[in-house]
Amino acid sequence: MSITLNRIGLSRDAYKGAATTLCAGCGHNSITNHLIKAMYELGLPPSNLAKMSGIGCSSKTPAYFVESAHGFNGVHGRMPSLTTGAKLANRSLVVLGVSGDGDTASIGLGQYAHLIRRNVDCTYIIEDNGTYGLTKGQFSATADVGSVQKKGAVNTYEPIDLCIMAISLGGTFVARSFSGDGKQLVPLLKAAIAHRGVAVLDVISPCVTFNDHDGSTKSYEWVKEHEEAIQDPSFIPYYEEVLVDYEPGTTTDVRLHDGSHLVLRKLAEHDHDPTDRSAALQLIEEGRKAGQLVTGLLYAKPEAEDFSTRERLPERPLRDLGEDELRLTRDQFSEVMAELA
Amino acid sequence: MSELNVNDLTFQAATVNGSGSQTSNSVLMRAIFSMGIPVAPKNIFPSNIEGLPTWFQVRISEAGYQARKGDPDVLVALNPATWAADLAGVRPGAAVIHDAAYSTLNARSDVHYHPVPFASLAKTKIENDKLRKQLLNMIYVGFVARLLEIPFENIEIGVRRHFLSKPRAVQVNLDAVTVGMDYWDENFTKKDLHVLRPMTGRTEGLVLAEGNQAAALGCIMGGCTVAAWYPITPSSSLCEYIGSYAERFRVDPVTGEKRIAVVQAEDELAAVGMAIGAGWAGARAMTSTAGPGLSLMAEFAGLAYYAEIPVVIFDIQRVGPSTGLPTRTSQADLGFVYTLSHGDTKHLVLLPATVAECYEMGIAAFDLADRFQTAVFVLSDLDLGMNWWMTPPFQYPEQPFDRGKVLTAARLEELKGDWGRYRDVDGDGIPYRTLPGTDHPLAGYFTRGSGHDENARYTESGETYARNLDRLSRKFETARTEVPAPIVESEGAAVGVIAFGSTHHAVVEARDQLKAAGLKVDYLRVRALPLADSIKEFVTDHKRVYVVEQNRDGQLYDLLRLHLPAAEIGKLNSIRRYDGQPIPADAITRPLLELEAIPA
Repeated sequence: MSITLNRIGLSRDAYKGAATTLCAGCGHNSITNHLIKAMYELGLPPSNLAKMSGIGCSSKTPAYFVESAHGFNGVHGRMPSLTTGAKLANRSLVVLGVSGDGDTASIGLGQYAHLIRRNVDCTYIIEDNGTYGLTKGQFSATADVGSVQKKGAVNTYEPIDLCIMAISLGGTFVARSFSGDGKQLVPLLKAAIAHRGVAVLDVISPCVTFNDHDGSTKSYEWVKEHEEAIQDPSFIPYYEEVLVDYEPGTTTDVRLHDGSHLVLRKLAEHDHDPTDRSAALQLIEEGRKAGQLVTGLLYAKPEAEDFSTRERLPERPLRDLGEDELRLTRDQFSEVMAELA
Repeated sequence: MSELNVNDLTFQAATVNGSGSQTSNSVLMRAIFSMGIPVAPKNIFPSNIEGLPTWFQVRISEAGYQARKGDPDVLVALNPATWAADLAGVRPGAAVIHDAAYSTLNARSDVHYHPVPFASLAKTKIENDKLRKQLLNMIYVGFVARLLEIPFENIEIGVRRHFLSKPRAVQVNLDAVTVGMDYWDENFTKKDLHVLRPMTGRTEGLVLAEGNQAAALGCIMGGCTVAAWYPITPSSSLCEYIGSYAERFRVDPVTGEKRIAVVQAEDELAAVGMAIGAGWAGARAMTSTAGPGLSLMAEFAGLAYYAEIPVVIFDIQRVGPSTGLPTRTSQADLGFVYTLSHGDTKHLVLLPATVAECYEMGIAAFDLADRFQTAVFVLSDLDLGMNWWMTPPFQYPEQPFDRGKVLTAARLEELKGDWGRYRDVDGDGIPYRTLPGTDHPLAGYFTRGSGHDENARYTESGETYARNLDRLSRKFETARTEVPAPIVESEGAAVGVIAFGSTHHAVVEARDQLKAAGLKVDYLRVRALPLADSIKEFVTDHKRVYVVEQNRDGQLYDLLRLHLPAAEIGKLNSIRRYDGQPIPADAITRPLLELEAIPA
């Protein structure tokens, strides 16, 4: 059997990582595999990838893909600030952050919010299972009202909808998906990586050990029954031509900054305009009222200025600048000294 | 008649904050400095924007002492709320300029009063309605000029210097000064003995700078490219200065591109996280904060230590938790910073004592952080950071950046990829690192906290963990000899003093006072943690050693006790001051003479 190589000459294996230590059947492992597929198919150079995470089951996963890339398993809830710093130091890096619902919606909510409002160019994946897996099954802040814990406790607190938050904070690419829906997730991941700006993907990813029982709204069964995909997405990278002729009115084309396209074929009666912020918020809210989990690209503003651009940073990584570019000249230095006199 | 007291006094203006008195104080200080007279200003201000008491002191000392000396000889009293206390605090023979509305009935008879109807004077003599409130303060500059015999040309220099960027404001301010001078001439004659006379020999070539400004310039010259911060007094001005230097000197005139990111973060957790993320990715990154913010940075500080990530963290020390005295100075973070975080952590800590050292250590901190791949703390304080200090101009750095042990793609190729992130190749405890984005298939590694082996692979092996901790200790020992060494001033005395940071200025003066009282005292100034071995020699060479610091419990004293051989510990004595005010010399001289049983 011949090995298929991608456009930069790497096999799919080059995108693999260490063996997972998560539970068999964990949704996070599926997301890892979808990520591997997405990056392999994109032809992403591993040496240019920075994998960032916080703490928790989800945050372990960067060790399980693209082993040859740099990874940083940081501090609980603080992946966004590490990501922001890494991107400032070297804006040519592809920065991919993996977090969980505990890491993001509770301890890290502040940093999540501010990363989004800065529009830091990164992919931000929340592997969302509504529970604290690594500390054995406490509710997280994304658990729905009425959702039942394994030991029987019922959540009575309002869930934090991370997509609603992301959209209202000025997020420029916001999607929701399901770990079991690779057909939808892989193109969304590719588009998220291609997007210049913050791309938030809230991926429902069931915890088989602590939150996959009857009464949970983050179980495989519940999600499969209630997922309402609004689009069938295909990703067309900038280096490929759009060859398929879509019937007019059946698709929405989101053109990304690098020239790639995310073509969204409308499903069923859904006619969502992902550039319409209020429509996106309404769509999520109505889905929730109807007891559905709405998935797909909810909102995108691909033309928005990302953080490094707004900060007027040069294309050349800051980390590569030397004395000549960073120190004052002797004349400038004398000028400053003279001002102090 | 008693003799005149020339060029040796403390001036104090007591005002209400938000009234614009800073301009007047700055003008006076610069006018006096331009006469060749050494000045040491101290701004004592509340955590408030308008309406609370604020004081500005200028220590004027022919000998050039820069430590605070309380008890003013000249008082300008413009705050009714503090009038009684301000008056009670002046020295006998003081000149007091005060609002005519304040009562002097039954007040002290050993001072000279100069009541001035400030409000009516401003109303009748200052035409500009909008600026009247601010210009009222310039009137007292005129009084003080007459009182202390400051030539008008020097006042003019002060005004022009203060309004360097607003030359249109010069004349209106000079006019207000003249109002004060004229009123003085018409109503008062000098009765006190304090005068200023132009002099030479002390201030030639010196400039005036704030520690935070100097540190900011150090960061710029040290090659900082990411500065992330969260506003907190007394640290904010450091990153604000970086921001303003960056706009002037780091912007490409053609493209408008900026060769630094200065980010106001959402909190100190994010500020230090950004700096660490940037340091990990290869930038020279810093943050600046004060005690409360430092507390929030504790978790990240430990990660930087264990994961070995370069980052520079300035702590501009102040008095403990808000609210209350957050705008007062202190040296009480030393112990906290040294081992900041959970687990077995210990950090490199630089201890600048002068604004020149704020600048130099601002540069050195980035070299040390890169060289040792760790967090480097620079411990300044409010007194040093936010007050103006006389200083020789700073030196242009002649050394290139020391970027430490970084493996490039070419070097990895030479090594055939045989490298491990946490291996001790050179026996100095310092490993090699690669930066994300290095174009080599074997460049990547996974960064995490405590659980990693020499090749950065995940492990929970206790043995591996302990081995790594021991290597970190070796690295720390290497650093011990590479951080700034103590400065020793020795005349072979039996008694020694050890101090650090801004306490230095009081020690300098106290040594002269002690000498005058017949006691020679040698001096060692600690400039970094870990403590240098030469400190042991200093203690060994002296019979008694006094450790002077501005905190309650003697934090340096405690660290020295841990550092010294058991036989030497008994030689140490602790002298402490912790009232939030910069330590004056007599806070050292008096207790030291007492402990040495020498009559003052």
